[in-house]
Amino acid sequence: MPANAEPAVATEPAERIPLSRRRWPVHTVQVLLVVALIALWWIGTAVGFVNPFFWSTPADVLARLGKWFGDGTILGNLLITLYEAGAAFLIGSISGVVLGFLLGMTDFWARVLHPIVSILNAVPRLVFAPIFFLIFGLGPSSKIAIAVTLIFFVVFFNAFQGVREVDPTVLANARMLGARSRYQVARRVLFPSALTWILSSLQVSVGFALIGVIVGEYLGSSQGLGYVIARSQGNLDTTGVMTGLLVLTIVAILVTIGIGRLERYLVRWKADRR
Amino acid sequence: MQQTPSPSLDGVGPSSTAPDPAVAFDGIDLWYPSYHALTNTSFAVPRGQFVSIVGPTGSGKSSLLNLVAGLIAPTRGRVTTNGRPVEGVNPDCGYMFQADALLPWRTAIDNVMLGPILHKVPRAEAREQAMAWLARVGLRGFEHRYPHHLSGGQRKRVAMAQVLINRPQILLMDEPFGALDAQTRALMGQELSDLWMDLGATVLFVTHDLEEAVALSDRIVLISSGPDATLKGDYLVDLDRPRQVADARFMTGFEAAYEAVWRDLREEVMTTYARER
Repeated sequence: MPANAEPAVATEPAERIPLSRRRWPVHTVQVLLVVALIALWWIGTAVGFVNPFFWSTPADVLARLGKWFGDGTILGNLLITLYEAGAAFLIGSISGVVLGFLLGMTDFWARVLHPIVSILNAVPRLVFAPIFFLIFGLGPSSKIAIAVTLIFFVVFFNAFQGVREVDPTVLANARMLGARSRYQVARRVLFPSALTWILSSLQVSVGFALIGVIVGEYLGSSQGLGYVIARSQGNLDTTGVMTGLLVLTIVAILVTIGIGRLERYLVRWKADRR
Repeated sequence: MQQTPSPSLDGVGPSSTAPDPAVAFDGIDLWYPSYHALTNTSFAVPRGQFVSIVGPTGSGKSSLLNLVAGLIAPTRGRVTTNGRPVEGVNPDCGYMFQADALLPWRTAIDNVMLGPILHKVPRAEAREQAMAWLARVGLRGFEHRYPHHLSGGQRKRVAMAQVLINRPQILLMDEPFGALDAQTRALMGQELSDLWMDLGATVLFVTHDLEEAVALSDRIVLISSGPDATLKGDYLVDLDRPRQVADARFMTGFEAAYEAVWRDLREEVMTTYARER
């Protein structure tokens, strides 16, 4: 290499990380953007080019938040919603994993059932809501049922695909090392290999659990955050709607962060993604 | 250096009194749906021999290993190991694959422990054995790394420990060091050579590298170019042991062995080249 090539390299020091990769600038700008949006809302309603009747105001929403936390409106309904979402998440993802996994392992049933499940998946699931209301009544069960129909398919397809996509060399290696029975192969190779796929579907499922449950509550119930929002809407109370949305958003963010942490822990063997 | 006149099948016949060979291919045809990989291939490998299988690309060398492993079955003919026909995954064999075959979600130690665990060895004992094997392949201190955080050479060492911890009687190796740089390759060859001397296993070693083949083996088997590949040549490598693998090319007899195989191999390589052009 010619010596005069050196300076050209030296002008770009190794420790210079591009702006898009550095943590703090990205986070700072993100926070600033959110603050700016709220400020715009606040100033808009104060000056008058945003109509508080449709959009409420940040101050009103904060006041309502305090009031509802004080009288237990939020906590009681939030617990109901979380219970429904949690139950739907467990039922939907466990049944999805089990069925997707078993189907992925058995060629015959995979070929028989996979197209049928695909067709069911193409049906817009919310049209089942009236049926679920008739079967399960207006209590939590019908909300859980709606959310389960959303979650099941996502998890199912990921578990199925995860089993199918297992690295054939890794599989052959495990068999040569002594994994003889189907159970050993499933436990030592197929399941851990499919786990990445399943976990990435859980992020989506958590979102679907909340969506399914809230929509269910919104369509017909007497408790839960969806009900709070629907009732506020019925009273033309946009402050109530906004407050409900705010609580819902915060819950969704916290749950997503939690699942993300769990996923990072469980797939810590993956190469660092940078 | 001597050339054995014909593929030997001693010990395969029912009337034989000699001990069964570790591996015997008996009239193997192997047809894939659109490709005749092997035709009428027969040879036997006595116990404890280190045999390299060389041949042009696509000559069915890996297929031979897969047949012994029981991962595929021949269309015609019979494969036996230690006198027993191969049916399904062969428990006498350890297999080191060409591609990375470590379980990526398991740490080095957990990967090495897998064999004993699958054979119902108590966990603590399996762990102890695995620690010893990792130390033996020079990876003390790397026990808790995931494969993604190891270099290519280190991954091969883990794979070697993973296979050898089961103490297989027959060790199948499909270009195990193919992806490594020349120096690491020589080092790994040395480790393999030393471990093999300790273990006394029979080795079938597929390689493209004739120098590596001569440096490591007792015998080299040449497979002709596919399709319809078959046994083309069979050569004994008479070099002293223990060998310094990196220096083997300076040993007396190395060049003669190399040349004998190369004369025939070149012809096959040219045939393949001409066919693919």
